[in-house]
Amino acid sequence: MTRTEPNRSRSSNSDSDKNSGNGGGGRTTAMRVIVPLQGVVQGRGGLFLGSVIPCAFFYFLQFYLKRNRKNDESDNSGEQNSSASSSSSPNSGLPDPTRSQSAGHLTELTGLPRSLSRILLSPRNSGGAVSVSGRVNCVLKGGDSSPYYVGQKRVEEDPYDELGNPYGVIQLGLSQNTKLSLDDWVLENPKEAISDGLSISGIASYEPSDGLLELKMAVAGFMSEATKNSVSFDPSQLVLTSGASSAIEILSFCLADSGNAFLVPTPCSPGYDGDVKWRTGVDIIHVPCRSADNFNMSMVVLDRAFYQAKKRGVRIRGIIISNPSNPMGSLLSRENLYALLDFARERNIHIISNEIFAGSVHGEEGEFVSMAEIVDTEENIDRERVHIVYDLSKDLSFPGLRSAAIYSFNESVLSASRKLTTLSPVSSPTQHLLISAISNPKNVQRLVKTNRQRLQSIYMEFVKGLKELGIECTKSNGGFYCWADMRGLISSYSEKGEIELWNKLLNIGKINVIPGSCCHCIEPGWFRICFSNLSERDVPVVMNRIRKVCQTCKSQN
Amino acid sequence: MRLIVPLRGVIHGRGGLFVGSLIPCCLFYFLQLYLKRRRPPPSDPAELPRTSSRTNLFSRGNSIGRVRVSSRAVPVAKPPDSPYYIGLERVKTDPYDRIKNTDGIIQLGLAESTLCFDLLQRWMSENLMDSMMQSDDGEFDISSIAMYKPFEGLLELRVAFADFMSRIMGGNVSFDPSNMVITAGGTPAIEVLAFCLADHGNAFLIPTPYYPGFDRDIKFRTGVELIPVHCRSSDNFTVTVSALEQALNQARKRGSKVSGILFSNPSNPVGNILSRETLQDILRFAQEKNIHVISDEIFAGSVYGDKEFVSMAEIAGSGEFDKSRVHIIYGLSKDLSIPGFRAGVIYSFHEDVVNAAKKLMRFSSVPVPVQRILISLLSDVRFIEEYMRAHRQRIRDKHIRFVEGLKQLGIPCAESGGGLYCWVDMSSLLTSYSEKGELELFEKLLTVAKINATPGTACYCIEPGWFRCCFTALADEDIPVIMERIRQLRESSRS
Repeated sequence: MTRTEPNRSRSSNSDSDKNSGNGGGGRTTAMRVIVPLQGVVQGRGGLFLGSVIPCAFFYFLQFYLKRNRKNDESDNSGEQNSSASSSSSPNSGLPDPTRSQSAGHLTELTGLPRSLSRILLSPRNSGGAVSVSGRVNCVLKGGDSSPYYVGQKRVEEDPYDELGNPYGVIQLGLSQNTKLSLDDWVLENPKEAISDGLSISGIASYEPSDGLLELKMAVAGFMSEATKNSVSFDPSQLVLTSGASSAIEILSFCLADSGNAFLVPTPCSPGYDGDVKWRTGVDIIHVPCRSADNFNMSMVVLDRAFYQAKKRGVRIRGIIISNPSNPMGSLLSRENLYALLDFARERNIHIISNEIFAGSVHGEEGEFVSMAEIVDTEENIDRERVHIVYDLSKDLSFPGLRSAAIYSFNESVLSASRKLTTLSPVSSPTQHLLISAISNPKNVQRLVKTNRQRLQSIYMEFVKGLKELGIECTKSNGGFYCWADMRGLISSYSEKGEIELWNKLLNIGKINVIPGSCCHCIEPGWFRICFSNLSERDVPVVMNRIRKVCQTCKSQN
Repeated sequence: MRLIVPLRGVIHGRGGLFVGSLIPCCLFYFLQLYLKRRRPPPSDPAELPRTSSRTNLFSRGNSIGRVRVSSRAVPVAKPPDSPYYIGLERVKTDPYDRIKNTDGIIQLGLAESTLCFDLLQRWMSENLMDSMMQSDDGEFDISSIAMYKPFEGLLELRVAFADFMSRIMGGNVSFDPSNMVITAGGTPAIEVLAFCLADHGNAFLIPTPYYPGFDRDIKFRTGVELIPVHCRSSDNFTVTVSALEQALNQARKRGSKVSGILFSNPSNPVGNILSRETLQDILRFAQEKNIHVISDEIFAGSVYGDKEFVSMAEIAGSGEFDKSRVHIIYGLSKDLSIPGFRAGVIYSFHEDVVNAAKKLMRFSSVPVPVQRILISLLSDVRFIEEYMRAHRQRIRDKHIRFVEGLKQLGIPCAESGGGLYCWVDMSSLLTSYSEKGELELFEKLLTVAKINATPGTACYCIEPGWFRCCFTALADEDIPVIMERIRQLRESSRS
């Protein structure tokens, strides 16, 4: 947009220079240079009409060009990707010259050059290789080279097993919890209790894809238990989806249009990039938090990010927070949440509160406060901007079940989400399994309690081990991770140094952790370590491996 | 002369006209630019007045407006206007029951089958828990079902799926598990393919009448358009290449890019089966125009007629064509009558599509316990053979009964060979031969006769009077009830 401006004005200047030069050389006066001004000299109407008529011509010319261009493109399949991406861009209404520029710019991002060159290579009607959609290119490329996926792949190829493969890679990157087992689910005869729930007429026929009422009631009860009964959840405001990823995707779709953005305080969950951006076309604006503030977000920084985005013409539709936070495991205080709500109210934006670890709060001191509790007493107008994501499979240590929930106070969001769940449904056998596990309140109470205790003991042990190695972690009160400060071990204080250390941890130490850069942390040297799928016996093994890496780092320095 | 000042330039000398026009134009251009930047982002016109009035009411603080949802979510949130969904909703409020609610609405609108529930029931009661709990060494290991597994489906499941698919498709075609991505039902499979093959604003050609659910599956989120290719009863609703060609040219003329052809085979709602030649023609056409082919073969195992079912995979694998443009959708909801399991599959010959779909499965993967059940179910060859035989035989019987009943009323059906439904020509019951007449009849069927059948309009059929009736969830004794209700309706409208 700005690039064309100077060009145009410059060319017009040079034109007028030339012309005035000619004019000066000619017989007539310099007044000819700005002809409409003659009108002022000679009488009234002239200036006005003299300007309006060229303007009108110019306007129609623009109009004509715009229409013509569209037709051109439809005949040229090579350029169509660019027309599609430009029409989906927020700038699509711009006048002609800027349009082509912005379109070219966008296609660069979505990887058009590749499909374009393909088409050029293979003549059209010879049936050359058919190209996929432009937008899928970013999914295809998405993060394959990121340490997150590289690490997962390594674990898949060579997983640690105490007996079978003691030199394999230990998985500390994937957030799964093995603290509960199926035996914990139901007190006696787990098999029978579950199979009672699974009768053929129940599991084989079509059922509401947003969840059976029975299950919704059980989930509401479970969520209340996880928040220590400080707030009761209304089952009619729940929509069940297959996993937290799709819950966040559905919310992104419902709350923001393509080209809008969400604010996300960092470090954040590495999954958001895929969940929010891939299919919905919504952008993420990271709001960095620093170790000096203990990675707490400050309203000032949020405000600044909001206005910077606004200045660039990006419309912010909401803010995504996780509480307990992923990766730090810290809890947001009541004051923080109120401040956040005020911020959202003032800017008139939504809040997505990601509370997938609500049932995994293991700290003694911190009190987990759900966003639902904060807005419980507020007016409708504020409640409507709050949406909570809850993951059942995380707290039940059953991620393979893929079931999560959206809890929203906004009727339109709820009714849209209900329909969208057909695109990521929870299957009936899963629903019945869950009902059999969590419909009994006593059972739920016990589950949550056991989960907390076991997480707490492994967390204490793990942090103690790290401390002995001289590695500090931020104080965590919930979730499956510790956020470890390994700044002392990196060779250079940069992202490169961090990746080097990550490589050492993976190759020498044979442990897979998530580097801070995957969580979009702006300070290098922080790592997310997931401890919840370790048993007590594994902890010394992990510590020994980290020690080995520490020693190689120190010997190099 | 004063009126058109720039013209004076022509008289006085050369430069004047040019500069005299250029300068106002520049100014005007910058004015446009300025206005554009200042203008607030476009907002939904329907919502705007309400918000602003609200803001005026709530003068607390500086600007507390009601927060709005995205403009693309608004049409999704609206109540459905297609008769297909209206009918389904209505049945829920007053469903027919042979004993408890004999005056309720009979469901002929949902393609589900209860014909073989006895067989499934038996298998599930014998094997369900074991299949979920089993592991390699015989001892139950929770991590085999509880932990994260590859989103595209366990390899064992993909192998079992491939074997099952080639079995029900007559064994002439084999499927490669590495080209396969397991999805949570046919619906996400279609959406993922639409996302991968077309950009926002592109279009698929789709022969009509088509399954009304495609509208939601494809248009809700991907922004891909569907361009109907009209088929007529005189061709028994089979698509022709000339019709495809015409639709494609018209679409291109209008400026929309066509990325592919989507069709179901056996077709939904007509139930006819595309011949080998038609499939070859379609693929040849797609190759010529360099577009994709999506074949929805979700009813492949519900073929009951004499006509042989040919999978697009077989045509693509013949070596004659470039197969990377062929994508197949399959699912177990119809053929194995387990829609609650939400198990579907994308089978694509395009490597990029397979890879992208694998990644997108984080949004709609099949839970691992369900995968375990499916692995044992699909690998139980004896059960599958028995089931498929019974499934086909029972649909055939039911179809004959249902069509015979309609015939006695003088109502003909289109010729069909597959699916859980038939395509009924009720034009003799119409008061006027138009879409309006058809919707009137739909309303009458729903409120007077208490039958929910899907009208052709919902399937974008251009000939009025056709209805899709699913008969596989009916018991034999329900059929006379339906026929009686239709007969009464006809008599009451005649008198």
